[in-house]
Amino acid sequence: MLPSSLWDRFAPPAVRILLPNRIPIPMESPMIPLNINGKPYQADVAPDTPLLWVLRDTLHLTGTKYGCGQALCGACTVHVDGVPTRACSVPASSVAGRKVTTIEAVDQQRIGKAVQEAWRKLDVVQCGYCQSGQIMSAVALLATNRRPTDADIDSAMAGNLCRCATYQRIRAAIHEAAKTLA
Amino acid sequence: MTDIAIANLSRRRFLQGSAGLTLGFVLPTAIAANAGPGKAGEGLAAPVTFEPNAFLRIGTDNTVTVLSKHLEMGQGTYTGLATLVAEELDADWKTVRVEGAPADAKRYNNLFWGPAQGTGGSTAMANSWEQMRKAGAAARAMLVSAAAQQWKVPAGEIVVHDSVVSHPASKHRATFGQLAKAAAGEPVPAEVNLKDPKDFRLIGKKANRRDSADKTNGKAQFTQDVLLPGMLVAVVAHPPRFGATVKSFDAVRAKGVKGVVEVVQIPQGVAVLATDTWAAKKGRDALAVTWDDSKAFKLGSAEILDRYRELAKTPGQVAHSAGDADAAFAKAAKVVRASYDFPYLAHAAMEPMNCVIRLSADGCEVWNGEQMHTGDQYALAGLFGLKPEQVTIHTLYAGGSFGRRASKDADYVLEAAHIVKAINGKISGNPAVKLVWLREDDMRAGYYRPLFHHALEAAIDADGKLVGWRHRLVGQSILIGSPFEKMLVKDGIDGVSVEGAANLPYAIPNLKVDLHTPTDIGVPVLWWRSVGSSHTAFSTEAFLDQVAAAMGKDPVALRLELLAAHPRHAGVLKLAAEKAGWGTPLKPGKAGERRGRGVAVHESFHSYVAQVAEVTVAKDGSVRVDRIVAAVDCGVAINPDNVRAQVEGGVGFALSAVLYGEITLKDGQVEQDNFGNYPLLRINEMPRVEVHIVPSAAPPSGIGEPGVPPVAPAIANAILAATGKALTRLPLRTVELTA
Repeated sequence: MLPSSLWDRFAPPAVRILLPNRIPIPMESPMIPLNINGKPYQADVAPDTPLLWVLRDTLHLTGTKYGCGQALCGACTVHVDGVPTRACSVPASSVAGRKVTTIEAVDQQRIGKAVQEAWRKLDVVQCGYCQSGQIMSAVALLATNRRPTDADIDSAMAGNLCRCATYQRIRAAIHEAAKTLA
Repeated sequence: MTDIAIANLSRRRFLQGSAGLTLGFVLPTAIAANAGPGKAGEGLAAPVTFEPNAFLRIGTDNTVTVLSKHLEMGQGTYTGLATLVAEELDADWKTVRVEGAPADAKRYNNLFWGPAQGTGGSTAMANSWEQMRKAGAAARAMLVSAAAQQWKVPAGEIVVHDSVVSHPASKHRATFGQLAKAAAGEPVPAEVNLKDPKDFRLIGKKANRRDSADKTNGKAQFTQDVLLPGMLVAVVAHPPRFGATVKSFDAVRAKGVKGVVEVVQIPQGVAVLATDTWAAKKGRDALAVTWDDSKAFKLGSAEILDRYRELAKTPGQVAHSAGDADAAFAKAAKVVRASYDFPYLAHAAMEPMNCVIRLSADGCEVWNGEQMHTGDQYALAGLFGLKPEQVTIHTLYAGGSFGRRASKDADYVLEAAHIVKAINGKISGNPAVKLVWLREDDMRAGYYRPLFHHALEAAIDADGKLVGWRHRLVGQSILIGSPFEKMLVKDGIDGVSVEGAANLPYAIPNLKVDLHTPTDIGVPVLWWRSVGSSHTAFSTEAFLDQVAAAMGKDPVALRLELLAAHPRHAGVLKLAAEKAGWGTPLKPGKAGERRGRGVAVHESFHSYVAQVAEVTVAKDGSVRVDRIVAAVDCGVAINPDNVRAQVEGGVGFALSAVLYGEITLKDGQVEQDNFGNYPLLRINEMPRVEVHIVPSAAPPSGIGEPGVPPVAPAIANAILAATGKALTRLPLRTVELTA
């Protein structure tokens, strides 16, 4: 299986639009204005720095994880204007002025809170490293689809790898969250 | 931070020698505060007052803190160990939190590993079963004794429930927090009584994971998340082949990258140190390194396999023998033969390997998802010229391991240490260094599940009885050449190469298992979740179905016939078969689809697991696993929900290896580097998994690994039933299964 075919299969359409090679990277950008979890920041980083590393190394928001650097695993999933986005493959400069939400603030939304609680109730996590990304993808799914089927879940969540294979509980927890949101 | 931890050393000696409970000295609170996940450099939230032993503390705020001597890497150990303590302590589960214990083999050794501290072999619960309950019971006795004195009532009349101590007759009542100071002054009991299992309130019930909250809000601290003042991030250029070394390098361009601070050569390659990860990566990518390949390993996987197949034609070292196998084959009416190939496999934990080290005048501090505390401590002490106790290890959560962090030779930890050593004194303030392996570094670094070739033969006599079994294995040893060799390798046989094969449970009168251990293959190998059983369960159980077909017998019936002397194997087999509806017709698939059901049973780490797989094979040979029904006997199921979780996860982990898992070498270079060419199972491929637990009063055995081995053979046997085609290599090739 090739990376490109995987990408076509699993990347949500909105993420594809944000692929770095389709975004002109500004050559000079001394300060990048960012809006992270409702707070404004001015990031003094090279414009090609992926959003992931700005979040983690510059802003110390370490809940968003590094897993592959190629948008193959989804561990770095955040929301950009509500759309699930792989932060490892988006230059920080491309999200200037857009609203970025990370796992640290997901409980400030009703859906985020419901998903978190479902995850805890069903003890979805094992090692936990991928779960920030899983939760961000699940929240985005429920924001657009309040009663997802197993097939809907599989298609929305297939870009998020879990090496502990907690997939069965992820499905159950998304159904559980949908139930509490109904 | 104020610390009023008790100084009465006698309490730290309680139960010493009487019950195998080793208790050390007062844990310096500064270290303890740094030790746990989420605690890198922060202080403890709760004031410490009552610290009855090395495994728990009770704060005046009623918080019970359990110190886990084992790593939490997803397998649920923090929750399991805390359950044992809280059960005997009669603590309120909601007030229980867990911290990783520091590296200190005197107090925190794995009781199954002698003097070493570490996590592996699915031993965490098994070795701690009595130790942690006694730790909780001792603390409870001290709280009760303190209350009895305060209230002047007989201790025997005191009741403890959900962290509240009370004396019903006098209506006295106090929380653990209120009694903590007084309890700290109590003598440590020499003996404690443990509960009758019928009185368990947490063990065997649902106790929610202690790490669920922090792992769902981004707060859980992994090594990757450690941020220390002035810390530098190191990304390393590694050689393209195992055994290659640096000939020369040009760091001019790398040093021109904004944020890059230093470039140093280390035995493992060339390290670029920068103020942040992205700069370190860009610096590494800008390096020009010339490698010396003169001593590098240059074979490809195909050539290794060819060599192994040749070796398999000659007798190996006998690992197990019963009866006279050669004579049985000479007289056989029918002989069944098959051979199996297993590739190198990467662990591919979601968190690539990493390690943070800070060197100071007094010693070194390490932050790591630490799985081999003692081994890494000694390795670091050796490199830095320190005493082992000068190496302080803070154990953080590990983002998966599956064996990888249990390095037999401290590989990635030493890589970080070499970088620290190389910059020592060169940069003002001697900053901490975080070694970060990018996914590509992690996947190409070796320490794989070894590539193996197996050849099996079965002899069936004129009466249709299975009378002979010969099993030959060829593959690298994990243990030979490692510090564990002396302990675990006997007469040249690496026990983990043949586990699951040499102890075949089936009643076959004439049996021979032999092994070739090539020593000229330069690919580092390591334990991978379920170790030897990751291949031996497949070869033995898939082969047995071929034998059953040749004998015209039902796979479950034949196994039960051969397992008369192994009731725990038979027990899980019967349960899985019953729950899966073995023998009933499967619902047919869509036009062109072939469906089948297959079974496998395997014991590993003293736990017994049987699984029935239901598969659908499409016309194009692609395989969908629809359902796995598992039955588990792991002794007392301390946390049944976690037993289920581990088996569910074990199924998904193993299924990746059935469908995709394969690290291949070409001219000595690893061909895979990321999840694009080393795919893992995704949610849309996850079967429905049902887990049934056999009720048992036997002491708890492993559960992190035993769910893995039966998966692949059960699927192979289901494919055999569906298509008539026997899988002889993993991962499966769809081209071999087209209709």
